[in-house]
Amino acid sequence: MNWEIVVGIETHAQLSTQSKIFSGSSTAFGAAPNSQASAIDLALPGVLPTLNRGAVERAIRFGLAVGAVISPRSVFARKNYFYPDLPKGYQISQYELPIVVGGALAIVTPEGEKSIRLTRAHLEEDAGKSLHEDFHGSSGIDLNRAGTPLLEIVSEPDLRGAAEAVAYARTLHALVRWIGICDGNMQEGSFRCDANVSVRPRGSDTLGTRCEIKNLNSFRFLEKAIEYEARRQIELIEDGGKVVQQTRLYDPDQGETRAMRSKEDAHDYRYFPDPDLPPLVVDEAWIERVRGELPELPEAKKARFMRQYGLAAYDAHSLTASREMADYYEATAAALGHDPKIAANWVMGELSAALNRHEIGPEASPIAPEQLASLLARILDGTISGKIAKDVFEALWAGECGGNSDAIIAARGLKQISDTGAIEALVDAVLAANPRSVDEFRAGKDKAFNALVGQVMKASRGQANPAQVNEVLKKKLG
Amino acid sequence: MHRHTLAELARLLAARQISSLELTRHLLERARSLNPRLNAFITLDEDKTLAQASAADARLARGEGAALTGIPVAHKDIFLADGWRTTCGSHMLENFVAPYDSFVIERFNDAGAVNLGKTNMDEFAMGSSNETSYFGPVRNPWDEARVPGGSSGGSAAAVAARVSPGATGTDTGGSIRQPAALTGICGLKPTYGVCSRWGMIAFASSLDQAGPLARSAEDCALLLNVMAGHDARDSTSVARPPEDYRRELAKPLAGLRVGLPKEYFGDGVAADVARAVQGAIEELQHLGAHMVEISLPNVKLSVPVYYVIAPAEASSNLSRFDGVRYGHRAGDYGDLNDLYCQSRAEGFGAEVKRRILIGTYVLSHGYYDAYYLQALKVRRLIADDHARAFGEVDVILGATAPSTAFRLGDKTDDPVQMYLNDIFTIAAPLAGLPAMSVPCGFGDTGLPVGLHLVGNYFEEARLLNLAHQYQLATDWHRRAPKGFGD
Repeated sequence: MNWEIVVGIETHAQLSTQSKIFSGSSTAFGAAPNSQASAIDLALPGVLPTLNRGAVERAIRFGLAVGAVISPRSVFARKNYFYPDLPKGYQISQYELPIVVGGALAIVTPEGEKSIRLTRAHLEEDAGKSLHEDFHGSSGIDLNRAGTPLLEIVSEPDLRGAAEAVAYARTLHALVRWIGICDGNMQEGSFRCDANVSVRPRGSDTLGTRCEIKNLNSFRFLEKAIEYEARRQIELIEDGGKVVQQTRLYDPDQGETRAMRSKEDAHDYRYFPDPDLPPLVVDEAWIERVRGELPELPEAKKARFMRQYGLAAYDAHSLTASREMADYYEATAAALGHDPKIAANWVMGELSAALNRHEIGPEASPIAPEQLASLLARILDGTISGKIAKDVFEALWAGECGGNSDAIIAARGLKQISDTGAIEALVDAVLAANPRSVDEFRAGKDKAFNALVGQVMKASRGQANPAQVNEVLKKKLG
Repeated sequence: MHRHTLAELARLLAARQISSLELTRHLLERARSLNPRLNAFITLDEDKTLAQASAADARLARGEGAALTGIPVAHKDIFLADGWRTTCGSHMLENFVAPYDSFVIERFNDAGAVNLGKTNMDEFAMGSSNETSYFGPVRNPWDEARVPGGSSGGSAAAVAARVSPGATGTDTGGSIRQPAALTGICGLKPTYGVCSRWGMIAFASSLDQAGPLARSAEDCALLLNVMAGHDARDSTSVARPPEDYRRELAKPLAGLRVGLPKEYFGDGVAADVARAVQGAIEELQHLGAHMVEISLPNVKLSVPVYYVIAPAEASSNLSRFDGVRYGHRAGDYGDLNDLYCQSRAEGFGAEVKRRILIGTYVLSHGYYDAYYLQALKVRRLIADDHARAFGEVDVILGATAPSTAFRLGDKTDDPVQMYLNDIFTIAAPLAGLPAMSVPCGFGDTGLPVGLHLVGNYFEEARLLNLAHQYQLATDWHRRAPKGFGD
């Protein structure tokens, strides 16, 4: 049978506030255990939560970025369960009335653009961490993370298969960083996904029984986990079995998902509105203020890049993968002043490759947009060829000559040979030394022409102007 | 010295006719000698108390005294006070030393008041007789075989026995007003949100409210002036400009409209209590108040609504007492679940467990709508009843408790009978309204009767005005239990 894989994703994005959602403790990562746990985070008797408005503001920013409704009134509820890293015995989370309702995210698939509907996004606090190593028969508890603000973003089951799920997660990841609400650091757990996976015969419009795979903290794990889980469910059904609704964990070492708990032994969380926190009221003025502070969003920027710079859709998409990348590109194009396409090619090509090689972002690039632009200007005015420019780029990256590309060109003697007399001399010498290639070309082998061009370039140590070489060669062979 | 009211002591201190140290020493001595009989205090800490008294004297000497500088005040053991053991009447917190001050304690410290000690209470404020305290019951100074009411029973007994001129309490369903009534003193529960709950151990967060207990309305006003105030650490605390709760004390009662809900004047009130309340009504009429018969049709549902909402919130609030970070941890346990079960089984008493069970049940899947949600709706109806009534009247009046103080052990085997003792006090916190109890006479056995007054939101000053004018005309609040007034 032909199966369709249906996926919905719940994402926990850690909001980039300085302090926790209900206390003044720092949210910085990596501090000594429990050094960032205040009386409130420890749930001492008598303490009370006060809402961090910075977290609310970030949730509003997200809602506006995905075209959702910002609830004028939302409610914090208590989710009750016992666990050592949950000091109050309940987690404060939004349940029935979340702050962000609806919205959609556009993803790019091989079949084109697709809109993924969002169900909701709600604010909640993170739990602490239980540490099971180094305590010889006991467990340690680190409450530094307890109370860290999270935005849980829930998608509709609109994703079909692992590739779309990954495209969604990547787009969402880029968006939350773009609008500055989450640092997106997946190693530190700032962005983690749960995937709800089910399968159904293609053409069916009813959903199959789903399993939820928890805490996937890399795109690769997300992809592998969904692929494995879908295969497991299909095999189970094809063997005459039934999928049981479960929460499962992905084991990256074994590459498989394993049952954690079934629906039957799911907790009864006894949600009820938290009486310590009045309903969260967000008025129009607040929403409009946040809207006014929103940066240009990826979709809008992409459309503008196509319009303003004449870029192809694919290029515009690549250049808007992150705000930093887009800013870098725009600064380069602006400094160059004309031919924004060459700027696009270089930012997506040489620059991106170098950034990836060094695992840094454009904002940390040792070559500033203005430096790149002056290098590109030397290509455009014929001072150097594109090939030589790559060497200059490497030198710029290494900080040679104080990052001045003209100085590098001069110091290394890379200036392009555009003197017709000099090029003619080079061509004559090459023609004299390669009579066989000349004969082959005359016999109709076009390839031989390219070989001759290559010889001339080699003789000039790459500095001859390729266009002029072509021209002179054609004339002499003509 | 202990015969003086708080207001009188404040005047003596300000005039430097007495020192805080001699007053505090005297009251501490009285607390120590009476505690074996009354069990009103869980913790007395002479060094801390006397250090505060000395500091208060120094402050008075510098001429920087405030209204309550140097006045000893006893605090219900539900308020965290930095460095003081704070037990909430429970084995769970028997050895818990507070690492910070509650808002209320901060305010008293800032005013220069002296913490006389931490008073006994029903465990986690769950009870109407003070018999659920892990530290044993408090005894009523009017008859030591009887209960002082609860849950602020220790505070009430300490004030009635002239050990402390004033005390703090908390009220969730009547825990300030009912013990005030049963011990013949005044107790005021302010509008929800007037006193910050920061550092006050939570029982039912949407109902809990701190308030004063003292012998007179004027003393209550003085205490409330210190306790009230906005606090950003409590999101339910109301941001209002500070007010002087004494400002209306002297206002005559002529023209005041007093509502008598027919639901509060039926068979449920003992004859001697009804007689005392009737006497108070006549006195108030004599002072110029008009009585208006009103109806609060939904208050008959107060007790069942309360016993859904309060336990629901409590079941969640008490989850933090799990033996992991602080509080009682069982000596012997197997796995994690067993650590929770054993620690909580040992740490909590029977009444607390009963309420956690009820609360867990009403919030459970499949029962939430039928119990919790339904209770919230009726709570709204009860508030609406009061809003309608306050269109017609200024104050609502009745008896605070259906009977005078009962004997220790009388109701411990019948929780429902115990719960019904709060039948007249429960509606006000459900609606968030201010209410107070004022002594209005004595029953057949010579035990005090409390008059219950409910005001509209933030009209504490009006309640205090009515009570003060009544106290100018009567002397019930000056009567001391035998052997405690000399």
